[in-house]
Amino acid sequence: MTRITNEIYLPGLRQPAPMPDGLDAPFWEGTLKSEIRVQKCLSCETHQWGPEWMCHSCNSMDIEWVVLESACRIYSWQRPHHPVHSALKDRGPYIIVVVEFPQADGLRMVGNLLGDSMQDVVIGSQVTPVFEQHLEATPPYALLQWEVA
Amino acid sequence: MSDTYNLRGKVAIAGVGETTYYKHGQSPDPEFKLVLKAILAACRDAGISPKEIDGFCSYSDDRNDPPRLANALGIPELRYSNMQWTSGGGGAAAAVQNAAGAIMSGSARVVVAYRGLAQGQFGRFGRSGGSKPVSGQAAYLLPFGMMSAAQMYAMRTTRLLHDHNIDRSTMRSIALTCYHHAQNNPRAIMRGRTLDDETYDASRWITEPFRLYDCCLENDGAAAMIVVSTDYAKELRDSPVLLLGAQQSGGHRSGAWAENPTDYVTSSFKPAAKYLYEQAGVKPEDVDVVQSYENFTGGVVMSLIEHGLCTYENANEILTFENLRADGGSLPLNTSGGNLAECYMHGLGLQIEAVRQIRGDSSNQVKNAQVALANAGPMVAVASTAIYGSEEALG
Repeated sequence: MTRITNEIYLPGLRQPAPMPDGLDAPFWEGTLKSEIRVQKCLSCETHQWGPEWMCHSCNSMDIEWVVLESACRIYSWQRPHHPVHSALKDRGPYIIVVVEFPQADGLRMVGNLLGDSMQDVVIGSQVTPVFEQHLEATPPYALLQWEVA
Repeated sequence: MSDTYNLRGKVAIAGVGETTYYKHGQSPDPEFKLVLKAILAACRDAGISPKEIDGFCSYSDDRNDPPRLANALGIPELRYSNMQWTSGGGGAAAAVQNAAGAIMSGSARVVVAYRGLAQGQFGRFGRSGGSKPVSGQAAYLLPFGMMSAAQMYAMRTTRLLHDHNIDRSTMRSIALTCYHHAQNNPRAIMRGRTLDDETYDASRWITEPFRLYDCCLENDGAAAMIVVSTDYAKELRDSPVLLLGAQQSGGHRSGAWAENPTDYVTSSFKPAAKYLYEQAGVKPEDVDVVQSYENFTGGVVMSLIEHGLCTYENANEILTFENLRADGGSLPLNTSGGNLAECYMHGLGLQIEAVRQIRGDSSNQVKNAQVALANAGPMVAVASTAIYGSEEALG
């Protein structure tokens, strides 16, 4: 199901860094271990993404990080053609997807849909995670990408 | 109208002013000077001295701060200033709303709502550079090549088309209408550049589902509106344009990071519309002309639906070029050319065009327009929307 790759889908873009206040450090630690970690409220069990210091449902501050099962599907998508960053100048079209996790209160994440950049994209398609590792970066990190199951 | 609201007709737009509008990066003046010019123009239009201004309202983190403006203008008393927080130009109507609040509370007497942009001086929205690491929400988007405004709002539009069987022709009709109206508008950047079906259909993708002509311009310039009490406005001109209602609008977690707003396929106007119409004491069918902020055409479709001006079911039939044009259409839209073809002044130009329609001096005047709606910033976390009207509309 889960795949790890060293192939970079969009080379040269700005790399992610954990927030200076530490809020999302568990997420970025998780992607390096090929885990999808999100917040879950210890009081009301609501999942949330992006992370926050408080549960948006019950306002509890007792929140844990849990590992999500990978089952998720395409919620929306777009195919950028116009290069808005110099690193994309010769890249050509690529695909960005929003995926949703129905088993985790429908939370959504954004990533690229790997494979043919001109493939037909179908809302509702099942996708599986691909952890795109940037181990040579300082510090190393991994991006959570997707491919059609 | 509910007793909850007491804004209706209490304040008026005494004057409006704009600089020349320029293509991005082409203003001969720095941004601050542009704002000063727009404020002076609005004061001239209102027939007041700039020294009468005692309040400033803006939005979108405008760089031209009230203390410096007050110093430059030599204003004797700066009694009120206000910044509305949201992304994009979602605060254009909110700046007018905040100005109205200041007037009604007696916090200030003459408030200017303003916005200035000079992209040669400060850089463009639609281009993203840099190599430094990003954190927070940006870290969940930028490494995946999702960084421009078009990319931020394409996802919702994909979902709009999918969920509600909205035809892409609605988006084309909106673009064609804006370009059509710009041809009569001497201020419009795209005057002299017509747009037809074939040109739209052949235009390049910015990001599917947005073609080039679905996207707003980027421009240099400044715009300003003078907001005063209706009593004072009547001393200044015979038939002032009244503010009937104004509302900011963000839904449940509408600002949630990385595409997690609870209600996803929305212009963000669902919470506002009911308050707006109740405040204004009018119904959607009373609206004679609409200025609907086009960051991207898909957002306009959502805005019109959420303002009750059409429905998901009939949008494909209603949103046609024939219906949207000022000369004879049933739902005249963006009569200045709007953000697509007049100028992208972060939406303040659309508020001003609504005022012009009520005055009767638009370059695409809708006959006997008494009620004009102007909204700002669809799909941003907090949008805003206003209704202007004549004294006749007060009833």
